[in-house]
Amino acid sequence: MSDVPVRAAISAIVAAHRGQRGALLPILHAIQSELGHVPQECVAQLADELNLSRADVHGVVSFYHDFRREPAGRTTVRICRAEACQALGADALVACARDRVGLAPGETAADGSVTVEQVFCLGNCALGPSIQVNDALHGRVSVDRLRSILDEAVSP
Amino acid sequence: MASNSPVTVYVPRDSAARSVGADAVADALRQAAAGRDRPVEVVRNGSRGMLWLEPLVEVATPAGRVGYGPVAPSDVEGLLSAGLLDGGDHPLRRGVVDELPWLARQKRVTFARIGITDPLSTDDYLCHGGLAGLRRALELPRAEVIAEVTESGLRGRGGAGFPAGVKWKTVSECSDELKFVCCNADEGDSGTFADRMVMEGDPFMLIEGMTIAAHAVGAREGYVYIRSEYPDAVATMRAAIDIARGNNWLGERILGSDLTFDLHIRVGAGAYICGEETSMLESLEGKRGMVRSKPPIPALEGLFGKPTVVNNVLTLATVPVIMARGAKAYQELGVQRSRGTQVFQLGGNIARGGIVETAFGVTLRELVEDYGGGTLSGRPVRTVQVGGPLGAYLPASMFDLPMDYEAFAEAGAMLGHGGVVVFDDTVDMAAQARFAMEFCAAESCGKCTPCRVGSVRGVEVIDRIVAGEDRDGNLALLEDLCELMTDGSLCAMGGLTPMPVRSAITHFSDDFLARDAHAAARTARTSGARTEDTA
Ligand SMILES: Cc1cc2nc3c(=O)[nH]c(=O)nc-3n(C[C@H](O)[C@H](O)[C@H](O)COP(=O)(O)O)c2cc1C
Ligand code: SF4
Ligand code: FES
Repeated sequence: MSDVPVRAAISAIVAAHRGQRGALLPILHAIQSELGHVPQECVAQLADELNLSRADVHGVVSFYHDFRREPAGRTTVRICRAEACQALGADALVACARDRVGLAPGETAADGSVTVEQVFCLGNCALGPSIQVNDALHGRVSVDRLRSILDEAVSP
Repeated sequence: MASNSPVTVYVPRDSAARSVGADAVADALRQAAAGRDRPVEVVRNGSRGMLWLEPLVEVATPAGRVGYGPVAPSDVEGLLSAGLLDGGDHPLRRGVVDELPWLARQKRVTFARIGITDPLSTDDYLCHGGLAGLRRALELPRAEVIAEVTESGLRGRGGAGFPAGVKWKTVSECSDELKFVCCNADEGDSGTFADRMVMEGDPFMLIEGMTIAAHAVGAREGYVYIRSEYPDAVATMRAAIDIARGNNWLGERILGSDLTFDLHIRVGAGAYICGEETSMLESLEGKRGMVRSKPPIPALEGLFGKPTVVNNVLTLATVPVIMARGAKAYQELGVQRSRGTQVFQLGGNIARGGIVETAFGVTLRELVEDYGGGTLSGRPVRTVQVGGPLGAYLPASMFDLPMDYEAFAEAGAMLGHGGVVVFDDTVDMAAQARFAMEFCAAESCGKCTPCRVGSVRGVEVIDRIVAGEDRDGNLALLEDLCELMTDGSLCAMGGLTPMPVRSAITHFSDDFLARDAHAAARTARTSGARTEDTA
């Protein structure tokens, strides 16, 4: 992607959200959903257009776990590692992802097929262990189930 | 039965139900029914909160709504052949849902409509008592609305248990033109999902509660701050707000009154600390979610420096029914200074997980053993963590503790948002204590040293204990560190992280001190034959 469309996309997003109070988070969410990540070069442009310092914008982007600097894989598998899912074997799911696709939480496969992430609670604590595959929530996930989800993500 | 009026079949759209296949079940039902002569209408209702039965399919019959669950898509043909549409017999048939003891024993007040209605149907909402609270509130002077909420004894359900009426009074007495009502829907605690179920299952109730709050305090604008982990709740709330605006339940001169109030959704970005109210306000302002020191309290100087009500989803969602039925009806439930009902959430290793709404004062044992049916694994319960990641791990010897804010505080624990997470006897409590520190290190906002640095040190010290390095010395060091974090932290993130750590050490010291013998026993338990499970 060349710089010009990115700049234009960001300007359009800023224009769409400018009327909101405290618009930076909604803007960053919109950038990430449109571009797949928050590219480093957008920091200066956002600072400029929103009349903030670069440090302010950078500080916000880096504070929140959701905003990524690099594009994610085509499929994102988020494994819940919070207590209720721990009680039902969340660790075994993390181990499965490591064994099957060689990814620890936070890593993306070299071929861009899949990203594995950890998350703390998906609000599905009575039906754990839980994972989120892109936006879809899955409950009572067994190691076998995760293995087939990963296999499908890697070889579509 | 008239053969041409369609039979109503309910399949929940709650994301927990969908996480175990409710969408596929709804599709299978529509398809299979299309080939038969009885017309069927599939309604996507909320969830009853009997999550172990999800997907729970219900059929409207003259005898009531008959439930079947948990239903897989492959069960659908068989269910239809067994006479599902007339409530026919089948191994998955559970009976008339309202009469199931698990549900019938509860006291559903805040959750009265959830699972029964289609969450986005205004007709359903009105037929089941919706807007009665708001209509009454709009007829009363602000001070009387606040008095009613105060008299109900309603305390903040987000964790701290601060009286809602007192907070509202403070905001109402400010003379500023601009004031805000902010709903805290960050629900970051593990083991909690009631806020999510309210937003997905009865979104108009939350909108109604916030509108009543706006009337009571004189606010014209409101925000719901929802965590990004809840995409379905975000979508449902957005849809509900649009519908509410279209019906003049929001906007200018609401329901013909002189109240003008509008509501916006904001989505978090994966930071636990943004559930802390001042951090949430910073985030709403478009900043890093750094905790503010108090004073000033948000009621006086909150969002953009203006007087702001910050309440949890359950707190605000409970206001409509209090206004509709009066403070007394609500106040009569509960014990001591914990009035009304609490929506307990049973999760983790539990046979029957879900929502138990009941008056305060129920014991942990009733929740875990009677409602919950013990562990899912069938092994003995070893511990229960109550109140999220900052809450204490309690041993079985404390299960008769009544669920009440003060009783819990006295026992060195807390109710928090009502999450109850069950662990069986394979749990390693040193690992759980380590996780508490690790979580704090990952989620600390970084503003103060005891929390930011203390949590990292905490992980290291626990690692040394686990490795068998000078266990007594390192335990003493850990205790020191816990004391420092408790006393020296600016907010409850650092201040309460010692609670799970200390409770693990106090009640399960073998996992720290006699670790090797204990670990061997645990490994034998985990991998070995089930010997005596009923101990
Ligand atoms: C670390 C931390 C996390 C919190 N997370 C939440 C949360 O997710 N939801 C919530 O309603 N309150 C949370 N709280 C409590 C809020 O700060 C605040 O007390 C509450 O939202 C006030 O609403 P209430 O009076 O209706 O409970 C948290 C507090 C702390 C210290
Ligand atoms: S205790 Fe932790 S989360 Fe709270 S203000 Fe201090 S650093 Fe931030
Ligand atoms: S702890 Fe995993 S979904 Fe809540």
